[in-house]
Amino acid sequence: MMKDAVINIEHLKKAFGTNRVLQDVNLQLQKGENLAIFGKSGCGKSVLIKCIVGLLEADEGKITVFDKDITEINENELNEVRKKVGFVFQGAALYDSLTVRENLEFPLRDLKGKSRDEIDTLVEEALQNVDLKSAIDKMPSDLSGGMRKRIGLARSLMLKPEIIFYDEPTTGLDPITSKEISHLILDVQKKYNASSIIITHDIECARISSNRLMVIINGEFVAEGTFNELSKSENKDVKAFFE
Amino acid sequence: MSWNITLKVEKRIVKTGEIFKGFLLEMSNLTRFCLRFFKEVFKPPYEFSEFAKQSYLVGNKSFLLIASTAIIMGVVLTIQSRPALAQFGAQSWLPAMVAISIVREIGPSITALIFAGKVGSGIGAELASMKITEQIDAMEVSGINPFKYIVVTRILASTLMLPLLVVFADTVSLYGSYFAVNLKDNVSIRLFFLQVFKEINFSDVFPAFIKTFFFGFAIGLVSCYMGYNAGKGTESVGKAANSAVVYGSFLVFIIDMIAVQIASLIT
Repeated sequence: MMKDAVINIEHLKKAFGTNRVLQDVNLQLQKGENLAIFGKSGCGKSVLIKCIVGLLEADEGKITVFDKDITEINENELNEVRKKVGFVFQGAALYDSLTVRENLEFPLRDLKGKSRDEIDTLVEEALQNVDLKSAIDKMPSDLSGGMRKRIGLARSLMLKPEIIFYDEPTTGLDPITSKEISHLILDVQKKYNASSIIITHDIECARISSNRLMVIINGEFVAEGTFNELSKSENKDVKAFFE
Repeated sequence: MSWNITLKVEKRIVKTGEIFKGFLLEMSNLTRFCLRFFKEVFKPPYEFSEFAKQSYLVGNKSFLLIASTAIIMGVVLTIQSRPALAQFGAQSWLPAMVAISIVREIGPSITALIFAGKVGSGIGAELASMKITEQIDAMEVSGINPFKYIVVTRILASTLMLPLLVVFADTVSLYGSYFAVNLKDNVSIRLFFLQVFKEINFSDVFPAFIKTFFFGFAIGLVSCYMGYNAGKGTESVGKAANSAVVYGSFLVFIIDMIAVQIASLIT
């Protein structure tokens, strides 16, 4: 494991029945780095990040997050790791029955010693970061797709995470909103010095928001590099994304 | 010809075996889900505010429906029973007979079935929808135990709210019965309830009340299980809601049958 790596994955394998989704995945994420993983739908991108946060159990391999092998640790230790991690889901996964304010307060509920004023300040600050202060008392059903994604991002920032996972952050959004979200991801990296893994098949999002890209095909990484390097790749699978 | 028949029989046996295997697997998963509930329910931190919210929702959601059904139940039962009792000149037994029927059996069973339809389907659909929109995953990633927050609170709320709703339904039913009695006779409310309480004793009320806790627990458990373990896609929301009602209602009858046997052994 390199000195500043916050995530290190070695020979990760995951299958659902006979369907081998992740074949032999090796990955490192450095501190402060934004890594975009892109590949076709169903190639195992989301499965990979769900394995990293322990939502899915890996069949084989080692996943180290903040020097802790999450395939070996118990539930309490895993929850401690999860508190340093933010996850922005594809559909934002906002709690339908709660207002935006309550959604944002939700991750703070286990924190002791925070006064009402402190919580309010944190909520307002998180909403300010995603430019949606006016939505504070709205219900998730009153928000547009782009607004939901922003609130989802704001919620993931509540615990000031050191790593943020974005699962298809621009899917289903118009090009302008997609661009705004991509820039927002970049802003968050700068402001919080957080490391991020961005799962996407939106090449523009990968270009704007990431420092490094990895291409996954059939459960294996086939190429890695900066946007410019990969755009010149001779690999036909990689080339197909840039055409 | 005989070869074809053998093949068909073989296929049928294999299919029956698979259905039975699926049933056993489902039962084993439900049992594990139930054991997990008992493991989590006593473990801190306790979700008091979510439990209070769910209790309010569960009770409030079915309050009006149960009230209107209960009053109809009382009226219908009284009107239907009158001719049979009149044949033996025993109309004066009407309040007592209706009260015993309502308190011992009809009140708890009908209320539980309505509860399964209204609350059970709601819990099943809500949890399935949370599952497919990744809200349960989002909770887990935040380091919050979704089983404790979502499942434990809902099962406890239905276990504790159903008995209260049954008491309420029984009371409303008796008022309905009083109204129906007065359609043909002229009985004062005091005399009506005097006749009711003269015939009802502890062995009528206690077992009937206790079994409602089991009804509520079974409905909450099955509904949460169906929703929490829903498959992918919107289709699974409907399926979870439907299964919650069907299995919840079925369990109510099974528990009722066992409760009657136990009560008759004890009393």
